Amino acid sequence: MSGAREDILGRVERILGTRPTSAAEAYAAIERPYRRRHHDDGILELFAERVADYRATVRRVTEAGLPDAVADALTGSRHGVPPGLPAAWLAATPPSRLVHDPAVADLDGLDGVVTGCAVAIAETGTIVLDHGPAQGVRALGLVPDRHLVVVAAGQVAADVPEALERLDPARPLTFVSGPSATSDIELNRVEGVHGPRVLHVLLVVDG
Amino acid sequence: MPTYLGMPPFPKAARDAVADRRLRANLAHATGTIRDRRLAAVAELDDWAALREAGRRIKDHTLEHLDHYLRLLEERVTEAGGVVHWARDADEANRIVVDLVKATGQTEVVKVKSMATQEIGLNEALAADGVTAHETDLAELIVQLGDDRPSHILVPAIHRNRAEIRDLFRRRMPGAPPDLSDEPAELAEAARRHLRAKFLSARVAVSGVNFAVAETGTLVVLESEGNGRMCLTLPETLISVMGIEKVLPAWRDLEVFLQLLPRSSTAERMNPYTSTWTGVTPGDGPGDFHLVLLDNGRTATLADEVGRQALRCIRCSACLNVCPVYARAGGHAYGSPYPGPIGAILSPQIRGIGSPVDASLPYASSLCGACFEACPVAIDLPEVLVHLRARAVENGPRHPLVDTAMAAAGWTLRSPGRLALAQRVASSSRRLVGRRGRIRRLPGPLRAWTDTRDAPVPPPESFRAWWRRTDGGRRP
Repeated sequence: MSGAREDILGRVERILGTRPTSAAEAYAAIERPYRRRHHDDGILELFAERVADYRATVRRVTEAGLPDAVADALTGSRHGVPPGLPAAWLAATPPSRLVHDPAVADLDGLDGVVTGCAVAIAETGTIVLDHGPAQGVRALGLVPDRHLVVVAAGQVAADVPEALERLDPARPLTFVSGPSATSDIELNRVEGVHGPRVLHVLLVVDG
Repeated sequence: MPTYLGMPPFPKAARDAVADRRLRANLAHATGTIRDRRLAAVAELDDWAALREAGRRIKDHTLEHLDHYLRLLEERVTEAGGVVHWARDADEANRIVVDLVKATGQTEVVKVKSMATQEIGLNEALAADGVTAHETDLAELIVQLGDDRPSHILVPAIHRNRAEIRDLFRRRMPGAPPDLSDEPAELAEAARRHLRAKFLSARVAVSGVNFAVAETGTLVVLESEGNGRMCLTLPETLISVMGIEKVLPAWRDLEVFLQLLPRSSTAERMNPYTSTWTGVTPGDGPGDFHLVLLDNGRTATLADEVGRQALRCIRCSACLNVCPVYARAGGHAYGSPYPGPIGAILSPQIRGIGSPVDASLPYASSLCGACFEACPVAIDLPEVLVHLRARAVENGPRHPLVDTAMAAAGWTLRSPGRLALAQRVASSSRRLVGRRGRIRRLPGPLRAWTDTRDAPVPPPESFRAWWRRTDGGRRP
């Protein structure tokens, strides 16, 4: 296929000819008149409100109240738990209801999963997983029907630009905005077509 | 890109579609709903115009240095463990994908909705080599089960209502409950059950690409249902097909497009799921990743300095939903996977204006400009449409009537006597007047003109006759 590569790049070069500046210089000169931040105050309130707009459940909890909140939110008998999830989060949940580091092949038999996240975005109500510690592989938060995510206040970025700055593109990333949804039938929104039907968010704030 | 088999040029296809009342009702409801929602989503960002301008500049810059960014993307994807392939046209791209699938020994693949694979007719090419492609997006599944064609970029089954979908599922979806109702939630549940086994057993997936970041080698797919995530992460082999214009320079540029695309397409602040991946990640997701870079008419489009701006398109479909022509004619009339205003400028450029279908597409517009207003990357669609009309007249197939009519007009205008006669004949044609004072159908060979438009009624008296009768307006 090297013939195709040379052909395509050769055509592009002939069409574009010699350009006055290098790509790097021209790129640096691109003007970006948009705002990198839309909100300064009330970021956590905004995040909670915007997540709820997707028909996801959001609850604000304190660090001390988190174990009970997790136990309350885990309905069903088998919940997947990724490696690296802080043991304290599960202190009030009976171990018999938890499946640690489940194999991908076993995910379809789980009622739900509990994970952390890497970053969240207030403006759009989005949670981003980078599948590091406490988040598990990409399939974990996808196949089971309920996803409980714990978001620390410090993880909430105001806007999309700030969130992208905090993320490492070398890692696989999953941006989650509400539960799985389709609007393909007469534009009626239906939750849970292929991914999780329920997204439950616990926002951990101090005091 | 193949023209849909047996598809008539736009005027004929549109005339049939406009007569289909159910289709028009489905379309009017859907486009009206999403149009209003989009306006609200866009109004939330007070810097929308600036984002749009930045999007336009980044895309134009990328096109201006496309060779540089394609080489960089190839290098970074390869470093991250992916394999990059190049395809000059649809056949070459299909051959690459078919060979990759066959090398895995599999006879089934799961697919994420993708315009590029629609464009090259990948499913048909796979089928010809004994590989079954399962569309997993609900709307694409509806289209596939119905042996139908997509009619909208974002909502391919927009032309179907719930009752039609229920009938289709009952008839064609294995395991669909016989008493399935037409409730959207029940229909979605049936699709979920139908596809889940496929997701969990599939070894090979094929996807498109929304954005590819050259600087980091990162691929990006936006979706709603989770079927995309299933396809991108569960199989062992992932093959992604992308048009070469989808590349972006840097990671930072996503901050613009992740704001522009969801609000423009589904009218959401953010689509439910966005996945990004860079090569392969050991222990998580496919161990084997292939990226197919597709030209298929894109370099030819790049060569046209006015038409080039069509390559800025991020496939949001906002232009379809605001287009009065699309809302009445529907997507099938455009004879291509790319319908609506963007299809009218993209298809004739990437396929060339050689066929009657492609020569007719630049005329499939009222030039009202609503598409330009809605476009998040500021493609001046009316400008390109007019530009392509000129190209169609110069290079496209010409209706034999045009030459005859022009010759006749010349002959008539060269003689005052012949002109006066022609004007008297024209005035007497007022008896052809149809409803609302327009001539809906002219007789004989002139019918070709009124096939696509109503003709104005000639005045009862010509200007020359009036001038003579009133002595230039001095007599009443």
